[in-house]
Amino acid sequence: MQTDGLIFLEKLKRHRISDWLNNPPISKGLQKVGTRINCVARRWKYVKEYAVSVEGLSHSYGKLRAVNDISFNVEKGQIFSFLGPNGAGKTTTINLLITLLPIQIGKVTIAGFDVTKEQNNVRRSIGVVFQDQRLDRDLTVWETLDFHGRIYSLSKNTRRPRIDELIELVELTDKRNEFAKNLSGGMKRRLEIARGLLTRPQILFLDEPTIGLDTQTRRRIWSYIKKVNKEGVTIFLTTHYMDEADQNSDAICIIDKGKIIANGSSENLKNSLGQDRINLQTDNDEKAVQLIKDVPGINQILRSSEGLIIHLKENAYLTPKIIDVLRTQGVEIISVNLMKPTLDDVFVHFTGKGLGEASQEGMGQNLGQQER
Amino acid sequence: MENGFVAIYWRDMVKFFRSKALLFSALIQPVLWLVLYGISMSSNISLFFPQGSNPPGVVSVNYMTFMAAGVVGMTILFTCLYAGQNVQFDKQYGLMKMIVVSPMPRSQILVGVTLGGITKALIQTTIVIAFGYVFGVHFFNGLTIVGALTAMAGVLMFAVTFSLGLMFLSTAIAMRVRDHNVSQAIITLLTLPLFFASNALYPLDSMPTAIRIASDLNPLTHFINGMRYFGIGPDFYSFGVRYSTSLEELFISLGFLVGFNIIMFLVAVRAFETTKEF
Repeated sequence: MQTDGLIFLEKLKRHRISDWLNNPPISKGLQKVGTRINCVARRWKYVKEYAVSVEGLSHSYGKLRAVNDISFNVEKGQIFSFLGPNGAGKTTTINLLITLLPIQIGKVTIAGFDVTKEQNNVRRSIGVVFQDQRLDRDLTVWETLDFHGRIYSLSKNTRRPRIDELIELVELTDKRNEFAKNLSGGMKRRLEIARGLLTRPQILFLDEPTIGLDTQTRRRIWSYIKKVNKEGVTIFLTTHYMDEADQNSDAICIIDKGKIIANGSSENLKNSLGQDRINLQTDNDEKAVQLIKDVPGINQILRSSEGLIIHLKENAYLTPKIIDVLRTQGVEIISVNLMKPTLDDVFVHFTGKGLGEASQEGMGQNLGQQER
Repeated sequence: MENGFVAIYWRDMVKFFRSKALLFSALIQPVLWLVLYGISMSSNISLFFPQGSNPPGVVSVNYMTFMAAGVVGMTILFTCLYAGQNVQFDKQYGLMKMIVVSPMPRSQILVGVTLGGITKALIQTTIVIAFGYVFGVHFFNGLTIVGALTAMAGVLMFAVTFSLGLMFLSTAIAMRVRDHNVSQAIITLLTLPLFFASNALYPLDSMPTAIRIASDLNPLTHFINGMRYFGIGPDFYSFGVRYSTSLEELFISLGFLVGFNIIMFLVAVRAFETTKEF
């Protein structure tokens, strides 16, 4: 019995020695240094590159291809709006980016980390606010945040001051010990945003952050989002409200039927339509049309109850010229209005339908997708 | 650094103790079984077992004590199978998505939820044993305090072993099945045969072979064997039937439960690994 024990001990020692020989502590130290350098290098690369980078991403549910070979980049520090009718593949794309769905085809890099290979680093770098409410009804505001901090392994000393800070940021200080189920819709949303920010993410994903909220609350939520963005957090959001996307985002990407159909700043997208319009009211529309129809740069002239609507071919600055022509020929001008295309026009132009129609049409499809 | 399972466990416990209705029903239900079923059966036991008198000089226990072990087993069975439903609710309310996009490994969900279920099961076991004394249940009869505490430790060891496997099973079902109604139905379907094809309420000797075999393969039977071994004794009579459990048989029962746990653990791990949508 005793000899058996001795042999065993001997074996154990030998095993340890061989282990040590194969893998000396020095090399382990070097490995650590290597990993560290790697990390720093990657950080540096991230600083130079994108917060989100998507290349050739596709995703299918069975035979249905929800996302079809899309590529785009989000620069660090931007507010990036991801727009599209319901069922266009927005939610699928977000779910792929936040590691909720496995990547089938393509390459996604978040904060410099590969989503397939470095899932946990990606998860540590992002905050997520989902489209529909995801709060535990039976926990208080404070507990909701504390629980979230704990599942991200934030120590008590780290998470407690942050929770206080965030509760103040989203103005829920007096609701600190209120159960989530007793909060109003706007408060719940604010709590969710605070939760998304608790882990100090580099990128915050907001899926329809203001859906179903009144104008005042929407404005307040946007002021938080902007405040957070100013502190350096990249914002990736989807929204149905074109005006919000137009006013607040640095970059916009429109997706339809699983494909990216437009990408750029709001200004660029609107300019790319090249369809400035002039609304003209005169005392003699008939004569006016005859006079200006041959002016180069005019695409089309329509007559409406509000006078003439002149579609220009590109951003030709034709207003003075038109006024000149009409005046010299004795046509009295009552009013002139220059109309720039809105983001709504951009959306309609690229998707072939307004958001309203699109949502109705896409409804069934979208429901199916959420089920999945 | 803090482990995520502690957070899951903490939340489970906070909600359990905070919801008075939940707490009350969890504690009162096993006691009601003991009172309503136990007392009415006890009053009629002589009708069912007319020759049920115990020979003199042996350890003999009343029907209440006999079935109390079964009630403990049933309570653990129900509690644990339903406790896994927490995962289902998290999925339904979308909280699971929040958890799975965190860097916390999914195994921690399993650990946290399992610990929560076991804690509830142990609280209930203790309550049934304590309340039992009021209604004529005589566990740990004739033991010194040290002896009773040791026996109680044995009971709790069996309770933990039994609930562990059940928690793995129920969590796996909750994780894998998408529809909460289906998941509830599966659990309800499971509890009935598990409870009745066992030695919880009656002796098995005169049962048809099929039910006896089913009962031998039923983890509840093996828990109750252990429970009776520690709570009543290795050899006793109740309403004329002798129940003797040798040390070997005790270890077989324990071994069976351990085997059950291992299989259920593998099932749960598989369920957690293969679930892709939450």
